[in-house]
Amino acid sequence: MRTVATLPPAQLAPLAHVYTAAVAAKRRWMIGGIGLLIALSLLSGWAGQVDLAKFWKGLPRFASYFYDILPRLRMETFFADLREWFWNLDGWLALLWDTLLIAYLGTLSGAVAGFLLCFLASANLTRSTSLRFAARRTLEFCRTVPEIVFALMFVYAFGFGPMPGVLAIAIHTTGALGKQFSEVVENVNMQPVEGLTAAGATYVETVRFGVVPQVVSNFVSYTLLRFEINVRGATVLGFVGAGGIGKELISTIRQFYYADVSAILVIIIGTVFLIDWLTEILRHKLLSLDGR
Amino acid sequence: MNSPVSPLRARADADRANLKRRYPASFRAPLLARLLPPVTVALATALAVYALWRFGFSPEKFIDGLGKLGIVVGLMIPPSPGNQLWNYVGALGETLSIAFLGTLGAAILALPVSMLAAKNVVANRIIHIASRRFLDTIRGVDTLIWALIWINVVGLGPFAGILAILTSDFGTFGKLFSEAIEAADKKPVDGVLSAGGSDLQGFRFGVLPQVLPVLLSQVLYYFESNTRSATIIGIVGAGGIGLYLANEIAQAEWPQVAFLILMILVTVSTIDWLSGKIRFAVIGTQGRTA
Repeated sequence: MRTVATLPPAQLAPLAHVYTAAVAAKRRWMIGGIGLLIALSLLSGWAGQVDLAKFWKGLPRFASYFYDILPRLRMETFFADLREWFWNLDGWLALLWDTLLIAYLGTLSGAVAGFLLCFLASANLTRSTSLRFAARRTLEFCRTVPEIVFALMFVYAFGFGPMPGVLAIAIHTTGALGKQFSEVVENVNMQPVEGLTAAGATYVETVRFGVVPQVVSNFVSYTLLRFEINVRGATVLGFVGAGGIGKELISTIRQFYYADVSAILVIIIGTVFLIDWLTEILRHKLLSLDGR
Repeated sequence: MNSPVSPLRARADADRANLKRRYPASFRAPLLARLLPPVTVALATALAVYALWRFGFSPEKFIDGLGKLGIVVGLMIPPSPGNQLWNYVGALGETLSIAFLGTLGAAILALPVSMLAAKNVVANRIIHIASRRFLDTIRGVDTLIWALIWINVVGLGPFAGILAILTSDFGTFGKLFSEAIEAADKKPVDGVLSAGGSDLQGFRFGVLPQVLPVLLSQVLYYFESNTRSATIIGIVGAGGIGLYLANEIAQAEWPQVAFLILMILVTVSTIDWLSGKIRFAVIGTQGRTA
C-alpha cells in the first residue's frame, strides 16, 4: 500500500502556521467587508426612508397595477379588443418614429464630435499635455452630466420639441463615445503612424491613413451599441418635454389611462428588442468583415 | 550589396501585366466592398436630413436657442447654493443611498435568477428561455418608468427610487451574471463532481470562485452608473437631488443649478475613483467587464 509522503512535523508546523494565518487574515477581511456592507446598508436604509411596512402594504397595489394595465381581451371579440387596446397606434408609432430619429440624430452628431475629439484625447497622438487634458476633461463633463439634465436646460433655451432631445443625446454621446474611441486609438499599432510621420505626412494625413483604417470597425461597433442605449434614453427624454413618445407615456401614467400605458410599453419594448437585434446582426457582420 | 528591391519583387513587377490578366480579382477590390462606404455615408446623411426636416429644424431658431443658452450659462457664474446648502447635501445623501441599496438589492436578488438563466446550471431549455425573456422585458423598461410605477405603490420619496433602481438593475444583473456563469470553465466542476461532490457543491466550489470577482466588478461598475441615474430619478419625484435640480431649472435659479451640477460631477467622479480602487484591489485589473 502506498502512503502519501509528508514533511517531518518540524518542517510542517511553520508552514501550517503560515497557512492558518493567511486563512484567518482572509476571513478577517471578509467579515470586515460584510460588516461594512451591513453598516452602509442600514445607513442608506435610514437616509433612503426604507419602510418595509409600507412596502408590504403597497405590494398588492404593485400586483394590481400590472393587473389594471393589462388589456381586456376576450376570445369572442379578440380583434375588436385588440383594436381598442391599440386605438391610437398610428399616433404612437409616429411619436416612436420621432424618438428613433432623435436617438439617430443624437448618436450621429455625437459620434462625429467624439471622433474629432478622440484623437486629441489620445496620449499616443497628442503630445501636448494641456491640449490632451482639455480634451479629456471636456469629454468627462459631457458624459458625467446626465442627459436629462441637459435636456431640461435645452428645453428652457430651445423650447419644447425634439431639438433639445437631439442636442442632449448628442452631448452625452460625444462624451461617452469620445472616451471609448480614444481608448481604441491608444491601442493601435504605431508602426504605420511612425512610417507616415517619417515620410513627412501632416497630422491629418497621419490620422487618416495611419490610424483610421485600424480603428474604423471598432468605432462603428461602439456607435451601434451607443445607438441602442440612446434609443432607450430617448424614450424617457419626453418626460421633460424633449420630444418623442415619452411625453405621451408620462401623461398616460399620471392620468391612469391603464390600457394605454401597457399598449405604449408594449410598443416601446418591442422596438427596443428589434433595434437590439438589428444592431447585433450588423455588429456581427462588421466583425466578420474585420476578420477577413 | 543588397539591392533595395528584392529579386522576387523585381520579377513580379516585370510580369505585372501578365499577373493582372491571370488574377484580376487580386488587383481590384470587389464592387460591393468599394461601394459600401460611400453608399452608407450617403444613406446616413439622407436619413439625417430627413430627420432635421421632420423636426422643423431651422438655423435661425437654432442660433436663437444657442444665444439663449449662452445667456443661461453666463447667469450660472458664479455657482452658488443660495440658502439651500444643507437641503442639497441631504438630497445628495438620499441619492447615494438610492444608488447603494438599489444596486446591492438587485445584485442579491439577481444571483439566484441568473443561475436559472444560465445554460450550464439549469439545463432545461424552457426555464432558460423563459427566464431570459423575463429579464429582457424588465430591462426594456427604463428606470424612470419603474420609478413612476413604484411611486404608485410606496408613495413619493427615495424609497420608490431605491425600488426603481433595484427593479431595472435586477434585469441587467440577471443577464450579465448568467453570461458570466456560462463563460465559467467547466473543469473545476467536473473535478468536484468526480470527487463525489453534489451539484450544489460543484457550483459552490467549481463555479462561484471563478465568477465572483467578475460579478463584483460588474456590480461596482453599475454602482457608478446608478449614482448617475439616482441623480435624475428625483425629476419624477422618487427622491434625491434630481427633485431640486428640476425645481431650480423650472424657476430659472441658474447659479443654484450650476452648483447642483457641480455637486453631481464631484460625487460621480469620487464614486468612479473609489470603485476603480476597489475593483483593482479585488480583481487586480482596472478593466471594465460590462
